[in-house]
Amino acid sequence: MFIKPMFRLAPDTTRFNFMRGRFLGLIVSAVLSTASVVLFFYPGLNLGIDFSGGIVMQVRTDGAADFTKIRTALTDAHIQVQGVQRFGDASEVLIRLSTQANEQATQQAVTQVRDALAKSVAGARIMRTDAVGASVSAELFRNGLLALGVSLLMILAYIWFRFEWQFAVGAVATLILDVTKAIGFLAVTRIEFDLVMVAAILTVLGYSTNDKVVVYDRVRENLRKYKTMPLRELIDLSINETLNRTLGTSMTVFLASLPLAIFGGQSISGFATIMLFGIVVGTSSSIFIAAPILLFLGEHRLRRDTVAPVAKDATAAEP
Amino acid sequence: MMYFSRLKTYSILGACLIGLLLCIPNVMKAPASWLPWRTVHLGLDLQGGSYLLLEVDMKAVVKERLESLMDGVRQALRPGAIFYQTLEARTEQNQVFVRLRDASKTAAAVAALKPLISTDNASGTPDMQMVSGDDGTITLTLSPVALHARASGAVLQSIEIVRRRIDETGVVDPQIAQQGEGRIVVQLPGVGDPDRIKRLIGKTAHMTFRLVDESANPAGNGPPPPGVDFLQDQDRPGQRIAVRKRIDVDGADLTDARAGTDPTTGEWVVNFTFNSVGSRRFADISTANVNHRFAIVLDDKVISAPVIRSPITGGRGQISGSFNAATANDLSTLLRAGALPAPLTVIEERSVGPELGADSIKAGAISLAVGFLLVIAFMGFFYGLFGWFANLALLVNLILMLAIMSLMEATLSLPGMAGILLTLGMAVDANILINERIREEQKLGRPPLAALEHGFNRAFRTIADSNATAFLAHVALFAFGSGPVKGFAVTITLGIATSLFTSWMLTRLLVARWYVARKPKLLPV
Repeated sequence: MFIKPMFRLAPDTTRFNFMRGRFLGLIVSAVLSTASVVLFFYPGLNLGIDFSGGIVMQVRTDGAADFTKIRTALTDAHIQVQGVQRFGDASEVLIRLSTQANEQATQQAVTQVRDALAKSVAGARIMRTDAVGASVSAELFRNGLLALGVSLLMILAYIWFRFEWQFAVGAVATLILDVTKAIGFLAVTRIEFDLVMVAAILTVLGYSTNDKVVVYDRVRENLRKYKTMPLRELIDLSINETLNRTLGTSMTVFLASLPLAIFGGQSISGFATIMLFGIVVGTSSSIFIAAPILLFLGEHRLRRDTVAPVAKDATAAEP
Repeated sequence: MMYFSRLKTYSILGACLIGLLLCIPNVMKAPASWLPWRTVHLGLDLQGGSYLLLEVDMKAVVKERLESLMDGVRQALRPGAIFYQTLEARTEQNQVFVRLRDASKTAAAVAALKPLISTDNASGTPDMQMVSGDDGTITLTLSPVALHARASGAVLQSIEIVRRRIDETGVVDPQIAQQGEGRIVVQLPGVGDPDRIKRLIGKTAHMTFRLVDESANPAGNGPPPPGVDFLQDQDRPGQRIAVRKRIDVDGADLTDARAGTDPTTGEWVVNFTFNSVGSRRFADISTANVNHRFAIVLDDKVISAPVIRSPITGGRGQISGSFNAATANDLSTLLRAGALPAPLTVIEERSVGPELGADSIKAGAISLAVGFLLVIAFMGFFYGLFGWFANLALLVNLILMLAIMSLMEATLSLPGMAGILLTLGMAVDANILINERIREEQKLGRPPLAALEHGFNRAFRTIADSNATAFLAHVALFAFGSGPVKGFAVTITLGIATSLFTSWMLTRLLVARWYVARKPKLLPV
């Protein structure tokens, strides 16, 4: 264990013919992503308070929470509640209120809930209060989308700059497919979509790109090494050669995210779940999506046209 | 590649050592006050606390400016006996509109109003435009530049006053800062329930002393006579008091206000002291109006309206009303801190109780520990010795991240902790790329040293490219994210930077030293 490697994720000399399944891969991916887009519109995402606005209060009671009592207390105080639900532990309750008419009303509602609980539910402690006004939530949503869009553009530009346009387009197209699937996953699981989710999706994006770069880098290298090998064979070879890297790097991030999903508590477990999903999707898309797209885009162009420019590239020159 | 000069070796080890030293402040108190003792701060979500985002009501700023301009117009036209038919503020267009009764006096009116235009600002441009028509109409339009300057002034002033009000409550280490054009962020560590603070911030606290108009009847339904306001009586809801519009003394002329009890009645009162201007004016008014009532008005509500028994010349006064200890204290706090130039609204609130914060720290710490162990075990099993080199580098990476965060006095949030863990997972990726490459090179038949050389060298490009994209994605997140998410972006970008150092420099150094010591015939990759 301390000196020699104990195991390999894949044998060193695999000869999988990945490109034979390229149509299947692309079709499955396209279907899943289309379904995700449909799910995005109907039933839509379960928007968290960051993006929908409103009020969320997390309450902890002594012992198991008495939901009827809490509901009655709130109804008696004439508070329009969107939901009272269990949050993790049996003693934890999440009270949600939808967006109020204006900011003053929002603040009033917070006070009302607080007072109603203090009066009628003995031992209830408010652990967390989030109140987001309508103007702020719209802004947070816009900024979230901007962050997503800007990072996609930057990744596109970077890969274009470092590789060839076919690589950049292939990577970004795959990333968009990945992101739509993550969104579909969110819609199906009803995990709340909030700011932290945008962070998770961006991390998946960055991570997934990592994976693609590893494969693309090998393709770039092999393009110079095997000047006459057909592109299809060359891509297959590259994927096989980097299989242990792709699986290994995914494994470490997966292992790092796993405890977050299990022990991280309610607020972070959704984040970690998306990470885990994204890692699986990102890893498979590096092999089954990004590479086939590169094959389609580069079939007749990449071979001859790019060998020269890549070789000229100073950073690519061998020492 | 695999040769390290003595200087280089010591610099790498030195950097690691400095990192370790920089982490120390996080676990112990400063032994001497002169030592630079910087630590990572816990975010509000971890230590408990409140985050409030306030918006300055810019419309109120404009409205107030227009009202004072209208007042100026009124006073400017009076001496020349120029009468007007209409005088109104048009808030949407930022203008004041006047229609004169006698159109032939337009020129005279324009001349009288000219002194109202001020060019007293940085750019030297007039702060409003005056346009007059032949039909006796005059419009005064405030320039956008002047309004903008006024608005930003209002925000700065609001920040100052919010700070004073919060300081009075004894909250430790509050952070108050401007965000964007007209917003203020208030962070209150340790305040799980910001109710009282919100109440303090939510009041404009503009106090005025005005005479009560005893001839008007506020009980009727008719509109108040010119120059008079019907204001609510705070203590008797539904009751209105007729108060003259003219402000005799402004709350800005107070120098001090303290809560106390009245020695005769034992009731809670607020005692105040005027500055010299306020004292003189208050003395004049009270002397001229003995046996009349004056009203103490706070934010358009009458707190009390006592009868002046005798002239008050000492510059001191007392406000009584139905106060208790808390309300008297709050009012004195507000009066001492001064009035806000415009109302503030809380548009976002996030507060976390200390109990939940402690839970989050625990959850984060457990995840971090388990995740770290899982990654280390995986690398150890997967690569053997080379995996342990990577693991040592990973530990150093964790230390370096903490060191830089301490140095920056960065804030660690729960998402930030998740970010650290993810970074650890991604940092060893570089080692995986390196080790796989070395393994490949060795398979191609290269001798150990050459395999190491090529392995590190060729893997570097892949590492740089793959990390650069992840880095870019998180820079975007930092730019557009807010709050805890920003903390997440900071830890990840930082982690990417430090992992380049540990995986590329430190592991290479470790491997090189090991190679020199052992001279193995075959690399155990």
